[in-house]
Amino acid sequence: MAITEFNALSADQLPKQKTLWNHVTRMARLQPLGTAGFVVILVMVFAAIFADYVAPYDPVIENYEYMLNPPGTFDETNERTFLLGTDAFGRDLFSRIIHGARTALLVGFTASFIGAFAGLVLGVGSAYFGGYVDLIFQRLMDVFMAFPLVIMALAIVAIFGTGTEKVIIAITIPFIPRCARVVRSSALALRELPYIDAARSIGYSHTRIIVRHMIPNVMAPFLIMLTAFVGQAILLEASLSYLGLGVQEPTAAWGLMLQGGAEEFAESAPWVPIWPGVAITLAVFGFNLFGDAVRDVMDPKLRSQN
Amino acid sequence: MKGLAPRVVTAVMGAGLVIGAAIAQAATPQKGGELNIVVGSKIPSYDGHIESTFGMIHPIKPFYSGLIRVNPDNPSSPTDFVCDVCAGDVPEGTEGGTKYTFKIRTDIKFHDGTPMTSADVKATFDKIVFPPDGIASNRKAYFKMVESITTPDAETLIFKLKHPSGTFIPSVAMPFNFIYSKKDLDKHGYNWHQKNVNGTGAFMYVEHIQGSHVKGAANPNYHHKGKPYLKGYTALSAPKMSVRLQAIRGGRADIEFRGFPPKAREDLVKALGDKITVQESDWNCVLLVTPSHKKKPFDDARVRQALTLSIDRHSGSKHLSNIAIVKTVGGIVFPKHPLATPVSELKSNIIGYSDDIKSSIAKAKGLLKDAGQSNLKFTLLNRGVDQPYKVVGTWLIGQWRKAGIKVEQDVRPSTPFYASLRKQKDFDVSIDFNCQSIVNPIADVSKFLPTAGNNYASFSDSELEKTYDRLLQTADVDQQKTLLRQYEKRVLNDLTSQMITMWWYKINPHRSYVKGWKIAPSHYLNQSLDNVWIDQEEKKRHGL
Repeated sequence: MAITEFNALSADQLPKQKTLWNHVTRMARLQPLGTAGFVVILVMVFAAIFADYVAPYDPVIENYEYMLNPPGTFDETNERTFLLGTDAFGRDLFSRIIHGARTALLVGFTASFIGAFAGLVLGVGSAYFGGYVDLIFQRLMDVFMAFPLVIMALAIVAIFGTGTEKVIIAITIPFIPRCARVVRSSALALRELPYIDAARSIGYSHTRIIVRHMIPNVMAPFLIMLTAFVGQAILLEASLSYLGLGVQEPTAAWGLMLQGGAEEFAESAPWVPIWPGVAITLAVFGFNLFGDAVRDVMDPKLRSQN
Repeated sequence: MKGLAPRVVTAVMGAGLVIGAAIAQAATPQKGGELNIVVGSKIPSYDGHIESTFGMIHPIKPFYSGLIRVNPDNPSSPTDFVCDVCAGDVPEGTEGGTKYTFKIRTDIKFHDGTPMTSADVKATFDKIVFPPDGIASNRKAYFKMVESITTPDAETLIFKLKHPSGTFIPSVAMPFNFIYSKKDLDKHGYNWHQKNVNGTGAFMYVEHIQGSHVKGAANPNYHHKGKPYLKGYTALSAPKMSVRLQAIRGGRADIEFRGFPPKAREDLVKALGDKITVQESDWNCVLLVTPSHKKKPFDDARVRQALTLSIDRHSGSKHLSNIAIVKTVGGIVFPKHPLATPVSELKSNIIGYSDDIKSSIAKAKGLLKDAGQSNLKFTLLNRGVDQPYKVVGTWLIGQWRKAGIKVEQDVRPSTPFYASLRKQKDFDVSIDFNCQSIVNPIADVSKFLPTAGNNYASFSDSELEKTYDRLLQTADVDQQKTLLRQYEKRVLNDLTSQMITMWWYKINPHRSYVKGWKIAPSHYLNQSLDNVWIDQEEKKRHGL
């Protein structure tokens, strides 16, 4: 019996272990826009978590001495600087933008996670059971999807009322059928695969088959929907607040800030509507870019092109 | 810290006000020209007897006259009334103030050519005061003191009252009391005027395109000789404030009668300089805070008193008047009326009006502690209208925060807001308002009566009712004043059943070539447009 001899390789001959930094730079090289979006998201998350420490002033405390001060105002007497200016109540816009990130992410993440997960379970369940269950669920989804997102959210706010929690509910509900429909189409194909039949034949419960064997295999479309939903939810929350049906004063929320400034102060104090507008744009842009990158990475067809 | 721009704007505005006022006094009215008005609300119907909105008054009032009206040359006075279709001066009460005899002019014609007599005025007031079953009359309650209306001849109309009343003459002068033709009422019924117009006003109806405009043309037979000066007018419908503002700025419209917030005034003045005249006035409209007495802990007077003590009205007046249509500090009576309590007296006698806000807040905290409500939290119900509701609501929350009270705001569109305030009464504390046309203090303060249909605080108090009954039945001004002070103290101090925030402030910027129109303490008043004229030379200077 021949003995093959292996010579130990020296450290520099071994293939280099990829560090996290390598992964980051590679990702940045392959998906520069997605990375930019991710950076925006990171900044938002940081601002939201550490808002109490990062914001220079309390976002809800009114200070009428400083009403409608332009960006960069410095009050020598009290040594106060208002980087982005102040609003009609003398509140620091920079602090309100930072705290507004908290509201945006709270609504955005909560609504999209709950909506997407509910849609995932319903979509996969509907595809797995098929027959009348699928038929009834899908017609129900058709009813919900017949309404545009904003109209549906407006109708729900009209029923439940305004406020952060109610806005989350209003945004979550229209997300459910949208996610369920996409996930179902993937799950329908999975249902016909032999390993699902095998799982059935050895007596696995429906729950086990759905949770352990089907859901993990529809994660790609699910994650793409999820990232897209966060951006949509932020935009929807801003829209509802702009219409006066979302989060209410004095809470710092970008749509509300935009609404408070757009009509009355667009000319005399343009910084009041501009900054929340910029914040909304950046946030939605960030999540959309990141969502596109996630889709590119997870879609095998697109991945092979890279 | 402040820029130069606001000072320039203020200077130009001041100059505009002074120059505008001087020109208005000096110039002689010119005939001709069309006035373009922008109106921010819809027209529910043309019938003044059942409507309460400026959306109807601004485009429709010029078609109609009243028996008497506020003096169009002195509309800022809350006590100066003149005859419209009556002759001579507004009559004094006789027989102990229980009989008012009006002499009716005989040279007046309706737009369809029918001569107007005292029978038409009687038919009109019969519809308002004694409407038949099933016929609505929004101002019936103001005429509870009227026993009978008679017409001994075609030139005389007599109101007989059950008791003397200080509210009668102002009630007659309300701009909604359109004079209708008896012939129309007899022939077409009491609902005909909801969709048809036939008045004796300065202008005759031309057309109404729903959602677009109402057009009127000068009435050649108008009873105030030499008037109207305008050839006609168009009332353009523009629900959005920005549209109304831009319409005036761009010359599409000349004037808006309801009023703009201070920033809009500054924008217009900045853009148009001396081509804009700004008229400003105290407004017979006030925002209130109404706690629900049936809800804990607002059933406890100490908690309600803590709420009013925490509100710094004087500083609010100074600051909020820069961003909202509120300004004047006052009690329950319109502050510019002789019966109103002066601010100096309010400061010393009524809680929440002191200059020393620190001490007031300390007292508020003490009261809350005594009531076991040191960590008081509640939801403020508010109406989803920016000016001034949402601005004042946000300001109030900031005021209460200083006393350690945590408040969330529940802002609802008008319909659900009214449903909660008026029907369900399920709120903790709500923003409420008291807005009237004619300044009629004794009638206006009925809002604070626990039995009033428009009081939503859910409480009862026999003392308040008794004081008001006595107030209703006296025509003596000194006694009225004394009783009003007692009533006010009971409402704001003893019970703190409701709280006054600030009185509104009316700002009407308009093109400087619009002359003759004078601002009144209500956006419902002085809307006959018979005094208004266009300075054609000035208009040319505007390039229009």
